[in-house]
Amino acid sequence: MKKKVLTVDDSRTIRNMLLVTLNNAGFETIQAEDGIEGLEVLEDCNPDVIVTDINMPRLDGFGFIEGVRRNEKYRAIPILVLTTESDAEKKNRARQAGATGWIVKPFDPTKLIDAIERVTA
Amino acid sequence: MDMNEIKEIFFQECEEQLAELESGLLRLNDGDRDPETVNAVFRAVHSIKGGAGAFGLDDLVSFAHVFETTLDCVRSNKLEPTQDVLKVMLKSADVLADLTNCARDGGSVDEARSKQLIRELEALAHGTPLPGAAEAPVAKAAAKPAAAKSAPAATAPAPASPAPNDQGFVPVAFSFDDFGDEAAVDPVAMSTFEISFKPNADLYRKGNEATLLLRDLSRLGEMSIHCDMDSLPSLDGLNPEDAYFSWKISLRTDKGEDAIRGVFEFAEWDCELEVAERAEGEQPDAIEGEAPMQAVPFDLSILDEEPEHPLGVVEEEEQIAAGEREATVTALETASNVLNLASAAAKAADAKQAPANAASAQQAAAAGQTIRVDLDRVDRLINLVGELVINQAMLSQSVIENDTNGTSSINMGLEELQQLTREIQDSVMAIRAQPVKPVFQRMARTVREIADITGKSVRLITEGENTEVDKTVIDKLAEPLTHMIRNAVDHGLEMPEKRVALGKNPEGTVRLTAKHRSGRIIIELADDGAGINRERVRQKAIDNDLIAADANLSDEEIDNLIFHAGFSTAEKVSDLSGRGVGMDVVKRSIQALGGRINISSKPGQGSVFTMSLPLTLAVLDGMVVTVASQTLVVPLTAIVETLQPDAASIHSFGATQRLISIRNSFCPLVDVGRILNFRATQANPVEGVALLVESEGGGQRALMVDAIQGQRQVVIKSLEANYTHVPGIAAATILGDGRVALILDVDAVVAASRGQPLRLESALAAVG
Repeated sequence: MKKKVLTVDDSRTIRNMLLVTLNNAGFETIQAEDGIEGLEVLEDCNPDVIVTDINMPRLDGFGFIEGVRRNEKYRAIPILVLTTESDAEKKNRARQAGATGWIVKPFDPTKLIDAIERVTA
Repeated sequence: MDMNEIKEIFFQECEEQLAELESGLLRLNDGDRDPETVNAVFRAVHSIKGGAGAFGLDDLVSFAHVFETTLDCVRSNKLEPTQDVLKVMLKSADVLADLTNCARDGGSVDEARSKQLIRELEALAHGTPLPGAAEAPVAKAAAKPAAAKSAPAATAPAPASPAPNDQGFVPVAFSFDDFGDEAAVDPVAMSTFEISFKPNADLYRKGNEATLLLRDLSRLGEMSIHCDMDSLPSLDGLNPEDAYFSWKISLRTDKGEDAIRGVFEFAEWDCELEVAERAEGEQPDAIEGEAPMQAVPFDLSILDEEPEHPLGVVEEEEQIAAGEREATVTALETASNVLNLASAAAKAADAKQAPANAASAQQAAAAGQTIRVDLDRVDRLINLVGELVINQAMLSQSVIENDTNGTSSINMGLEELQQLTREIQDSVMAIRAQPVKPVFQRMARTVREIADITGKSVRLITEGENTEVDKTVIDKLAEPLTHMIRNAVDHGLEMPEKRVALGKNPEGTVRLTAKHRSGRIIIELADDGAGINRERVRQKAIDNDLIAADANLSDEEIDNLIFHAGFSTAEKVSDLSGRGVGMDVVKRSIQALGGRINISSKPGQGSVFTMSLPLTLAVLDGMVVTVASQTLVVPLTAIVETLQPDAASIHSFGATQRLISIRNSFCPLVDVGRILNFRATQANPVEGVALLVESEGGGQRALMVDAIQGQRQVVIKSLEANYTHVPGIAAATILGDGRVALILDVDAVVAASRGQPLRLESALAAVG
């Protein structure tokens, strides 16, 4: 069975890149455009791993991660933060919120797949 | 979808982000201090940078990065967005737009300008004593090696595949001895590491998993592992969410300590981790005291419940003897019986898959989205709907002609068809309707640039930028508007010193307004400058032989002379607006859109250019009339009322002019047939119908036609595209009976009727 990835990113460019990269690597990909939509979609899609951006309108990545972790069903799901914000403070905030790991942009397909492999069985 | 398509999407997105960026900055400039505005501005630059990075657009990335850093200072309240700061940022937004265009279309940017702005942005970011901004690039650089560290794991054998979520920690020794030659590596770089790893409960809470970390570790080389379960309480004292195990690992690898630490990149905060290199030959000290379990050869492939792996199955595992595998499994089962308890709970595993839900989730994701459609497709649809409208009209007409009793179900059906056609048409038109905002935003940049060059201080105020109009109109609006703005700033506004001397605000104001009025879009460009110098314009017109020296012109007529071809007040020519393009070109492009332009000016107070444009170039509500046995269409929007004149209300005025008295006021009567040269003499007004029209200049005229046939929506077919421009005629259409009818240009007819000397008359007719 294909592993299912939920991606949350407000940039259409990045969404498309994620989609192509993940589909090519054999993942099933579900996409949301911001944290609010991410939480809505999450309920039904039951992903194996979540990849999320930090800077997003409506609900940012920190809020989204906290929202996911509050959900009994998804408290332990691996969440990777995909962001250019590589400075320690932001990384730390994402971790405080409950992020599992991070992928530093610029977007590199190998890094992405590698990181997903690392946090999923 | 390939990378090129995604790149195209990226550039489309850039355009949107740049628009977002500029409007956000302008809002800040207007004193908006909503944090969401700053966030949106930041996000716009951030998004561009993110995408640009993925495509290796380094120039764009580095500029966006500096810009973003400075914006981050504003976002975190370290930098006050004052007018001066915003000025730099608006210029930076322009450069960012240039860099984006450059990345897409090639070409070069003004490097000196972008370097200058980078310096200014950096000065802004560093000008504040707070360190956050300055640290960002450093942190970024530092993060790179960390990312690189994880790379070896990707190239290592990847035997893992989806294990069930309740798969527990597996406290057995790893050994890759069985892989024989395949695991062989350069012995020179080999060394053995002793690793002690004790996860905290937090590690699991963040979705990390000790099993996976150990799995990744095992890929680095030969590994033996010991699980310390001493702190595991009895079952009734067990908190399933706590972490009780720790591991001691002995790893023989040639990858070095960095690779080992790289495995724990995501976990290092939530565990106690020690990595020590042991000299070769030293005995492992892993097993202390009573070992809870014997070390057994371990094969990772037993984690694979499903053989097919998304990234492809690594074949090595298959070579392991079946017997060994069985032994391993048995050992593991024993171990995991206990451990599953803890880990299953810790995973909070509700791993039931619900594939049926996926479709609905994707649908939910799609809700509220927009689709991007090739404009050609929309245009084809619009054309087809236009044909449909004509066809439907023709069908109706022939049914009416052939069906005398008029109550048949065919008639009913036709009426419904007509309504449906109308609705389809409206909906299709709505697809093309776009807010004028992007064009207005481009004007903001034009204003900034000209203000810089001329040394004038200008404030652009835009209103009604969400007013929607056909995309064709929008696309063709930018050029004339740019030219007019240049004119307004360059010619209209005075220099700051002069403005002060005149008691005006040194900062000039240019106001750009869009609004809907009676089925058209009205765009106004007003400046508070000097206004038109009528003496000079008049003199110039006389010099250029445009008007007779003794011509008696109203102020309005003099003002409108500037639209005349070849008219240019030489003294005014400057680098900016005097590029040989006069207001006549502006006028022509507006006219080509079926629009009109007018100027009204007050000396010392400024000028107002008013453009009136159709909302769509495709259809028109018209009144079909007969003039000298020709069928004409008069745009309904121009008609105020229709009336049947009686002899008593008609008054002669001079030799040829006639007036009609309507409710105690007099209005010039214009015979359309005479103006268009359909007939040699004026028709008798009493035998016809008068259409009271209001022209763009505001004056009312009564247009005489012979009879009214009815009201109809007509599909506009351009006369210019198929024939040539005809004064007094705006376009043509095809009527229900298949005949061509001309659409009257009301303003041109009104202008032509002003009864000025012939030379001026023709000039004004062209001016409209």
